[in-house]
Amino acid sequence: MLEKDSNVDQLIDQFKTLPGGLLPLLHAVKQLLKCVPDSVVDPIAKGFNLSRAEVHGVISFYHDFNTHPGGHHTVQICRAEACQSMGSRHIESHAKQSLGIDYGETTADGLITLEPVYCLGNCACSPSVRIDDDIHARVDQSRFDQLMTELTTVNANTSGVSS
Amino acid sequence: MSLQIFIPQDTTALALGAEKVSSAMAHALERRGLNTNITRNGSRGMFWLEPLVEVQIGSARQAFGPVNASDVESILDAVQSNLDGTAKIDHPLHLGEVDQIDYLATQQRLTFKRSGVADPTCITSYQRLEGFVGLTKALSMTGQAIVDELKNSGLRGRGGAAFPAGIKWQTVLDTAGEQKYIVCNADEGDSGTFADRLLMESDPYQLIEGMTIAGLAVGANQGYIYLRSEYPVAHKILNIAIERATDAGFLGANVCNSGRDFFLEVRLGAGAYICGEETSLLESLEGKRGMVRTKPPLPAIEGLFGKPTVVNNVLTLGAVASILEQGSDTYKNFGMGRSRGTLAVQLAGNVKRGGLIELAFGVTLRQVVEDFGCGTFSGRPIRAIQMGGPLGAFLPESQWDTPLDYEAFAAIKAMIGHGGIVVFDDTVDMAAQARFAMEFCVIESCGKCTPCRIGSTRGVEVIDRIVANEDRDNNLILLHDLCDTMELGSLCAMGGMTPFPVRSALTYFKEDFGISSSRDH
Repeated sequence: MLEKDSNVDQLIDQFKTLPGGLLPLLHAVKQLLKCVPDSVVDPIAKGFNLSRAEVHGVISFYHDFNTHPGGHHTVQICRAEACQSMGSRHIESHAKQSLGIDYGETTADGLITLEPVYCLGNCACSPSVRIDDDIHARVDQSRFDQLMTELTTVNANTSGVSS
Repeated sequence: MSLQIFIPQDTTALALGAEKVSSAMAHALERRGLNTNITRNGSRGMFWLEPLVEVQIGSARQAFGPVNASDVESILDAVQSNLDGTAKIDHPLHLGEVDQIDYLATQQRLTFKRSGVADPTCITSYQRLEGFVGLTKALSMTGQAIVDELKNSGLRGRGGAAFPAGIKWQTVLDTAGEQKYIVCNADEGDSGTFADRLLMESDPYQLIEGMTIAGLAVGANQGYIYLRSEYPVAHKILNIAIERATDAGFLGANVCNSGRDFFLEVRLGAGAYICGEETSLLESLEGKRGMVRTKPPLPAIEGLFGKPTVVNNVLTLGAVASILEQGSDTYKNFGMGRSRGTLAVQLAGNVKRGGLIELAFGVTLRQVVEDFGCGTFSGRPIRAIQMGGPLGAFLPESQWDTPLDYEAFAAIKAMIGHGGIVVFDDTVDMAAQARFAMEFCVIESCGKCTPCRIGSTRGVEVIDRIVANEDRDNNLILLHDLCDTMELGSLCAMGGMTPFPVRSALTYFKEDFGISSSRDH
């Protein structure tokens, strides 16, 4: 944890002089720690000469800045209109049921966090699902199951996460 | 005869398996001992054909699609048996020469003319395709002459508000200030839209060129592209393009040895739809909560960090490059009425042939959906079309003959917005869609003004009561009253236009709310 603290301090030093540097910093913190925890609010406030309330206000405004780490993979299902027109509501309920979690929750094995997303810009080939930085088109229920199986298999082979 | 193979690397092609196709192709070429390059091009925007593989034999680019990794061997067989180009290529996925495909051949591509032609990050290809011609011209012009050219083109902001771009630039030019900024709004959050993404992923130098021209015109030396975090592929490609353009002297200090500077940086959003609203975007760029600002002051006078700022959409800035290249008279010869030039229509949702369709203003919605779209993906009848994103009205069939023109759409209380068209078949529940419009506003409101923040929450509740037939008549009156309050009392389009989809659903699809169609509410 100490090492991470010093890494965060380095990032603060790196971004505090950049005009409008708070969002780039928060993205960098999220990349480092997989989230933007409450513990970084104080050092960021000091480094940027802001109040803790201002820093907290920015973190809590944006959907991307989760304060607790999610699972190994983030699975986002598009809820926007184009995907709705192609049956994304069914994918949403199927995903929640088959993974046994609601939006914002992580599976018990720590593998998958499920999130809603509002448009991935892939609207001509809906419904769309994003897994980490990969976007998948025309996802129906069986394709969704297939993608989840791939995640489980890959992780069982590489990181030892039980499935 | 030499062969060259093109496999797209844009988000949609990748989402449909282009990476697997590319690696299968590389293996197949190696096995066959063919020394053929695979170029990862951008997409042509014919998304229903992705992954669309093109094989260039001589000067003709033969298209195949949609291609699976398992189709690669048979495509190479068909191509290899016809290397002299005399016989007809015999393959079930063969679509003919890519330029001759109806969907593409019937468009008027100005902004998207280079999309899918070459590797989007290759600066030499960009120059070979008339890239940086506009910038070169702009470098020899005064700021005022550039702004005049833009005014003459009639270009209006393509983000949705359709404000004349030349007038915005004139205001920034006329405002005194040592430091000015060019901000590109690449927070393309409307469902059904992907034109910004396609341009950034398939022709990023055009955006860079347009922004540099804007900088020269108004006297700004710093630009920011505010890109939504939902576009990781665009992010990667833009960063590569900016680095290469800087190395080649088209960006940074002393642009093309002109003595003028223009620095450009991509900044990522963080998943907030409201940051597509220009003042909220500026707040976010400054590192703050994306809260909408009151206007005045206009961003053109007090924008980013309080300095005069041009805020334009990706497509507006992209069009600038082609206007300077081809001349404003050429551009304004396209279109109708006060809607000049071309519109990048994005056909999406439940549609058979979805994609990017660039057309002169004036074509009707029905022509786009029927001629290009060829009906629904599900094969069922179309019931409703939502144009202009989540704040756009739902249009019943009686309105599909409206020409794509800003004023014609405003006249039916609808909007063209950013040009997104989402098609729904007859299984759609329009009460659920109206409820979603309010729900989306609850989730994405910045919270600054009460009609938007609270009104949307009450809106969801009232719609639920109407559908459940709880005191329906009075709740309908309440919903209209609430919509009035949101329209008239909200600071920006988020709260001000959320009533558009709600009211249109209620007016044209009232049976879905349990209201008999003979009654008039």
